[in-house]
Amino acid sequence: MNAEKGTAAPLRMTYREACRQAIREALAGDPKTFIMGEDVGLYGGCYAVTKGLLEEFGPMRVRDTPLAESAFVGAGIGAALAGMRPIVEIMTCNFSLLALDQILNNAATISHMSGGQFAVPLVIRMATGAGRQLAAQHSHSLEGWYAHIPGLKVLAPATVEDARYMLKAALNDPNPVLIFEHIVLYNAEGELDPSVTAVDISTAKVRRPGRAVTILAYGNSLPKALQAADELARDGIDAEVIDLRVLRPLDNATIFQSVTKTRRCVIVDEGWKSGSISAEIAARLSEDLFFELDAPIRRICSREAPIPYAAHLEAAALPQMPHIVDAARRLVRPA
Amino acid sequence: MSDKVHLDRDHGQHLLREMLRIRRFEAKCVELYQAQKIRGFLHLYDGEEAVAVGVMQALDARDAVVSTYRDHGHALARGVDMGSLVAEMYGKVEGCSRGRGGSMHFFDRAKRFYGGNAIVGGGLPLAVGIALADKELRAGAVTVCFFGEGAAGEGEFHESLNLAELWKLPVLFVCENNLYAMGVPLEEAEAETDIYRKAAAYRTPAEKVDGMDPIAVEAAARRAAASIRSGNGPYFLECRTYRFRAHSMFDAQLYRTKEEVELWKKRDPLPRLQTWLVENNMLSEEELRRMESEIDAEIVAAVAFAEAGQWEAIEDLERFVLMDEAPE
Ligand SMILES: Cc1ncc(C[n+]2csc(CCOP(=O)(O)OP(=O)(O)O)c2C)c(N)n1
Repeated sequence: MNAEKGTAAPLRMTYREACRQAIREALAGDPKTFIMGEDVGLYGGCYAVTKGLLEEFGPMRVRDTPLAESAFVGAGIGAALAGMRPIVEIMTCNFSLLALDQILNNAATISHMSGGQFAVPLVIRMATGAGRQLAAQHSHSLEGWYAHIPGLKVLAPATVEDARYMLKAALNDPNPVLIFEHIVLYNAEGELDPSVTAVDISTAKVRRPGRAVTILAYGNSLPKALQAADELARDGIDAEVIDLRVLRPLDNATIFQSVTKTRRCVIVDEGWKSGSISAEIAARLSEDLFFELDAPIRRICSREAPIPYAAHLEAAALPQMPHIVDAARRLVRPA
Repeated sequence: MSDKVHLDRDHGQHLLREMLRIRRFEAKCVELYQAQKIRGFLHLYDGEEAVAVGVMQALDARDAVVSTYRDHGHALARGVDMGSLVAEMYGKVEGCSRGRGGSMHFFDRAKRFYGGNAIVGGGLPLAVGIALADKELRAGAVTVCFFGEGAAGEGEFHESLNLAELWKLPVLFVCENNLYAMGVPLEEAEAETDIYRKAAAYRTPAEKVDGMDPIAVEAAARRAAASIRSGNGPYFLECRTYRFRAHSMFDAQLYRTKEEVELWKKRDPLPRLQTWLVENNMLSEEELRRMESEIDAEIVAAVAFAEAGQWEAIEDLERFVLMDEAPE
C-alpha cells in the first residue's frame, strides 16, 4: 500500500474497504480485540466488510455467531467488562432491536450503576439506512434513537476517512461506542490522505465552508447536502455543510459557531422527524441560539411511515437533494 | 379433514403441480430480477417445495399461515394469487401488499396469510398470538408457523415454544431445516443439531421429517393438525431440506461445495415424485405436458398482470401508518 511505502499520493478506496482495513488493523494491533457477529466469517459479512479476515485471523478472532443478537451483544458486553476489546457486528440496526435490552440496560448503564467500578469498552458496528429497496424491516435509521441514551457514544461515518479511522478511536474509548455505517455508502469511493492516520470521535466537521446558511447532515445525507450546496452555489447561495459525525455526544460548539455565522440552519436526517436527532439539534439551537437566528430552523427528514419497498415510494420517503436546496433557498430568500 | 394421505391419481398430480408452480415461479423471478423488474432482496425456495406443499395439504380456509422472507412457496401453496405476488415484487399497487413489502413481505388477509417476516424468528411470537386468538374465536383453526433452523438461535424461538405449550395453543411449528443460515452451517450454530429435540424439551410433540418428500411431509402435517385440532396444543415438525440456490441474490456461496449441492439435487422432490407417479401409471406424458403448459400460462398471466399494474400514488405514502378502524 502506498501509505506504508511512505509515498504521499492519496489512496482511493471504497467505504467498505476502509471499514475492512480498520477492522484488520484493530485485529492485528491488539490481541484483546476480536470481532463477532452473524456471518462475519465464512460468509465474509452480509455487506462483505469482513471478507478475508477469517482466513487471516482464524475463528477465535473472527467469530461467527448463531442468530442470537441479544446473546452475542450481551457476550460482547461481558467480554469488554472482563478486559477484552471486542468489536461486535450486528448486520443492520433493524436487528439490533433484538439486542436493545443488552445495549440499553447493560452496556449503557453498568459503568454508572456500578459507581465507576466497571467500564464497557465495546464497539458495536451496524449497517443503517435505506435506498436499496429492502423494505421496512431492513431500511430504518435508528441511530437517532441510540443517541437518546446516556452512556453510549454514537458515530455516523460519512466519509472514507471516518470509515477508516473512527474504529480505532472507538476501540481506544473506555465506553460502549456504536458505529452506524450507511448501506448506500459502502460502495462510495473516496480518497485517504496518507498523512492522516487518526480522527477524533468528538467533533463535527465543516465539509464545505460557507456564509449564507448552515446545512447539518450525517451519514448518507452528507453527500446529498454537499450536492445541494453545489446546486445552491450555482444560484449564488454560499452554504456551509457540516458533517455531524458524532451523534452522541453532539458537538454543540461547532454547530453553534456555524449557525452564529450564517444565522440560518437546515438539518438533514434520515430518521423520522418526530423525536429525531434533528429535533434535538433544533431544540438546542432554539434554547441557546434563539437570538442569533434570522429564520426558522428547517428539518428535512424521512416521512413518517415505515420505509416502503417500491422505488418511487422509497425515494419519496427519504430526504433528497432538491428538498435540501429548496429549504435552504427559502431561508436565504424568503418569498 | 383426514389425518391420512390418500395418494390417488388426482392427489399425486396435485402435489406435483403445486411444487412445479413454485419451481417455475422462482425461475421466472430470477429472470425478472436480472431484468431489474424485481429489486431488493430476493430469497428463493427451490429445493424446499415439498415442505410448503406437503404442509398446506393439512390446512383449510379457517387456518392461518405465518411465513418468513423466503415466502414465495408458502404464499403460492396457500393459494395466494400469483399475479398479486409478481405485482408486489414489481412494487405495483395491485401487489398483495400494495407494493410496499416486496418479495419478503407477502400478505393476504383473505387467505389468512400473516406475512413474510424479514426478522429471523420474528414470526414465532406472532403465530402464538394468532393461535391464542383462534382458540377464543375460531375453534379448530391451526396456525402454521414456518421458519428456518437459524431461528432456533433466537430467544424468540424458545420463548414462543414455551408459551405455546404452556397455554396449549393450536400452533403447528414448521422448521425448514436447510442446514445453513445464510453462510453458517447448522453444526457451527447449534450445540444440539436436532432442532426437534428443542421442542421436545418444551414437552411439545415433535418429529423429524424428510423435507424432500412431499408425502412424508403431508402425512406428518396431517398427524400434527389432527392432534392440534383435537385440543392437544402445539406440534413441531423439523423438515430436513436443502436450498438449491444461493441464500439471496447477493451470495457467493463460499460456505458450501458444489458437490454437496449436487448431492442434494439428487434428492430433488420434483423429479422424484414425477418419476414415481409415471412408474405407477398415475401420470401420463400428456397430462404432464398439460400441467406444465397450464403453469406456464399462469405465470405469463401473472407477469402481464404485474406489467399492467399501477404505481401507488405518492400522496398515499403515509396511508395506513394508522388505520381508521380495524377490519372485521
Ligand atoms: C434478527 C435477524 N438477524 C439477522 C437477519 C439476517 N438474516 C436474514 S436470513 C438469515 C439466515 C436465516 O437462516 P434460516 O433461519 O436457517 O432460514 P433460511 O434462510 O435458511 O431459510 C439471516 C442471518 C435477520 N433477517 N433477522
